[in-house]
Amino acid sequence: MKTQLTLTVNGEARDVVAAVHKTLLEVLREDLGLTGTKHGCELGECGTCTVLVDGEPVLSCLALPVELVGREIKTVEGMADGRRLHPLQQAFAELGAAQCGYCTPGILLTAEALLEDNPTPSRDEVRVALAGNLCRCTGYTKILDAVELAALRMKGARA
Amino acid sequence: MSAGKFSVIGQSLPKIDAWAKVTGETRFADDLVLPRMAYAKLLRSPHAHALIKRIDTAQARALPGVYAVITGHDLPRVKFGILPVSQDEEALCVDKVRMVGDAVAAVAAVDEETAERAARLIDVEYEPLKPLMSIQESLANPEVRIHEYGDGPNIHKAVALQFGDVEAAFSGAHLVREDVFFFEGNTHLPMEQHAAVAHWGPDGKLTLWSSTQTPHYVHRLLGKILDVPQAHVRVVAAPVGGGFGGKLDPFAHEIAACKLSQLTGRPVKIALTREEVFYVHRGRHPVLMWIKTGFTRDGAITGMHFRSWLDGGAYGSYGVASTFYTGALQTVTYKIPVYKFEGARVFTNKPPCGPKRGHGTPQPRFAMECQIDKAAEQLGLDPADMRRRNLAEPFTKTANHLTVSTIGLGECIDRVVEASGWREKRGKLPPGRGMGIACSSYLTGAGTAIYWNDMPHSGVVVRADRSGLVAILCGATDIGQGSDSVLAYLVAEVLGIQPMDVRVHPADTDLTPVDLGSYSSRVTLMAGNAAIQATTRLRDRIFEAAARKLEVTPERLAARDRRVFVADEPEKGMTFAEAVTLGESMHGVLAFPGSYAPPKRAGKYKGGGVGPSPCYSYSACVVEVTVDAETGEVKPTEIWIAHDIGRSLNPLLVEGQVEGSIYMGLGEVLMEEQVFRKGVHKAPSMLEYKSPTTLETPEIHTILVETDDPEGPFGAKEAGQGPLLPVIPAVTNAVHDAVGVRIDETPISPEKILKALELGRQGKSPRVGPDKLPLFTFPEPRAVESAFGQPAENITERPFGK
Repeated sequence: MKTQLTLTVNGEARDVVAAVHKTLLEVLREDLGLTGTKHGCELGECGTCTVLVDGEPVLSCLALPVELVGREIKTVEGMADGRRLHPLQQAFAELGAAQCGYCTPGILLTAEALLEDNPTPSRDEVRVALAGNLCRCTGYTKILDAVELAALRMKGARA
Repeated sequence: MSAGKFSVIGQSLPKIDAWAKVTGETRFADDLVLPRMAYAKLLRSPHAHALIKRIDTAQARALPGVYAVITGHDLPRVKFGILPVSQDEEALCVDKVRMVGDAVAAVAAVDEETAERAARLIDVEYEPLKPLMSIQESLANPEVRIHEYGDGPNIHKAVALQFGDVEAAFSGAHLVREDVFFFEGNTHLPMEQHAAVAHWGPDGKLTLWSSTQTPHYVHRLLGKILDVPQAHVRVVAAPVGGGFGGKLDPFAHEIAACKLSQLTGRPVKIALTREEVFYVHRGRHPVLMWIKTGFTRDGAITGMHFRSWLDGGAYGSYGVASTFYTGALQTVTYKIPVYKFEGARVFTNKPPCGPKRGHGTPQPRFAMECQIDKAAEQLGLDPADMRRRNLAEPFTKTANHLTVSTIGLGECIDRVVEASGWREKRGKLPPGRGMGIACSSYLTGAGTAIYWNDMPHSGVVVRADRSGLVAILCGATDIGQGSDSVLAYLVAEVLGIQPMDVRVHPADTDLTPVDLGSYSSRVTLMAGNAAIQATTRLRDRIFEAAARKLEVTPERLAARDRRVFVADEPEKGMTFAEAVTLGESMHGVLAFPGSYAPPKRAGKYKGGGVGPSPCYSYSACVVEVTVDAETGEVKPTEIWIAHDIGRSLNPLLVEGQVEGSIYMGLGEVLMEEQVFRKGVHKAPSMLEYKSPTTLETPEIHTILVETDDPEGPFGAKEAGQGPLLPVIPAVTNAVHDAVGVRIDETPISPEKILKALELGRQGKSPRVGPDKLPLFTFPEPRAVESAFGQPAENITERPFGK
């Protein structure tokens, strides 16, 4: 059975006609062409498909669009402000925090939610926030470095 | 003008694809969508070992939305495999399945859901056979045959090599140790599941986009498997979302997608589920090892005898090479005057093992470095000093005829000992805390191709034109390690421009010269040297034209800061783009090839082709751990690693490779296990298959040591695999230092720690590990004279990139 609904994705209202059982992950990738959101397990285990819903990290492989009407959905495509990258994106690129880059969108968004709640996290707080996002390339070191650098720059920008 | 010898080399620059990766713009194979595209699914065997009696696809074909259903009968009846000596795979099995997960049929449909439903409607009648689930079972049941070929019933490969008289070396030794170790299998677990899109066009030509580390080998095999001229096949490598060796074989799903595209006249996409990826595997072999080593009173090795039994799984894959690799690199770290190796790979009814990061060498390195730790304890020597005193000599040959060039291992040991506070802390830490050390070495590119030929291992074309553009065409694949960026840095350095000014095109067999692929840590050295050769040819032509305009000789010119100028009169010159325009006016099209083949140094014996490399990287690692004697939990608290990188082309990228290697080694030593119950994977999901998160990965201190190797581009060696090797034994040795137990098998689980502690309390040896060896007679060893200590020959004085 298909249903028609309007989702708010990256600040835009998007009309979707999709089967009711399709996950947010599938609708984002297949119906809206937002392939920046990746899949690693489709069972809610790896964190790869993380998006933000009303600013909170949500595993899009476990979320149903029918329940998200009227909520603010943000994907990696919505992080940059026009051509200006989010400080997290900038820091991840500069510090080599993205190797294959497959887990990167989910980690960026999880980190964005962290810095929104806690603009000056300790390294251990960053570890805890990212504990649900697996990365097989980096050993996490450069990811932690990049989140810390972005937090510093964002603090500087606010000061 | 920037200061220093180099303007790009040695800088911590972002990768050239970093921006696409942080914005989600990188298009992986499963992100590709073509008009009219169909979606495919494979039906896989639920049996570990069974005959296929009948396959009925009628119901699946009748399902609305299904475009085509195929079985093995629809494909040419040729078997394939990555190695010419192990052609034992079928994309879709016809008569027999050999593991749970073997594919037997494939469906193309309007969407993935319909394809999946149709696959479930295929009726397969199996006649189960006795499954052989371990080395012991496979050897004990020779009447049950998994394959009809090999070196004996269920023996894929058995090898024996002897380099000098090890028995004499043992009889002259002060201490002879025999130890048995087991290394459990584990898998790559790339974040991206394999995916491919095939399009067999109306012109009869086939294009395959795939998440593969080896587009060339896939290209080479598709022609054979699909009965189509190879010249009509094009393979394009999509960016790979993590490989680690798991995307190095040609796979059933790629072949099925091609055939389904041919039959339906549509592009066909196939994407594996996470569970399928666990079964596709080709990961770390479980290896049982016996090692006998003689030591002098001061810890020098008099000789070594190493035996390995590999649990290969159901197919050959790279297994012959894996077998030789379990015996190849023991000799390149320390002086080992005489050496004997016996190895056997056994077929079992489990997913095939193959090459994972470190290919066949982490297992023996674990055994050897743990045994050295035990010997040091017995001899009353400091394990760091014992290693330091017995280093292999640079620019010599090893017992097994490998040529080593530069060796930075001594400095690596000194640096980690210093940084970790080894001398101050070791032996003085409170109970439950300990430190361990281990060393290792790895190839910078395999010295021989997987099929014998006299052609280049890597080819690059560099092209420039009047717009000032510089494009690099190379068949190498960036799997996240940054190899595209490395090519851009090398070309930019030679031309005096910036990496930003260079475009690197992805591997595309129609457009890019052959490169053998992203494996054996070969791309930086081989594609790098080819790129430097091509770029040097381009630069010579540009200089020739610029020199005429400037009325000087070309030898007087230099290129830097996007200018071509007279070296000792820098104001006399022109922009790079102007120089290219002059070059194009003088010479016509500016597109130049570079080729690289490694020096031919394979030992003149069968198996001598596995192990040679242009040069070897070296690593030393110190790990500090806490061990909870109540729970058995091991927590690495800090890790120091020094890596001989030859020259660090980009420290940021090298550190990233080292840190990722350390992380992956930690997973292997502490938790990761690819294990089965009656042929079914015990943990085929990312939750059940334990791997380290941010919380289990400690702070890693990386030290880079430069030795400027004559073989490498600007002196560089590998970084992507070697640093994984020492962390596994270093953790194991640290656990011993902390609580006095010897865990001689991976992973070091809390259960094993508690069991060993309990044995200790009972007054028994506090050791957990294998104690039985399989009943197996190795073939008569091929006796070859030891080449130990002979001077290196045939060292390439780097012809370019000085």
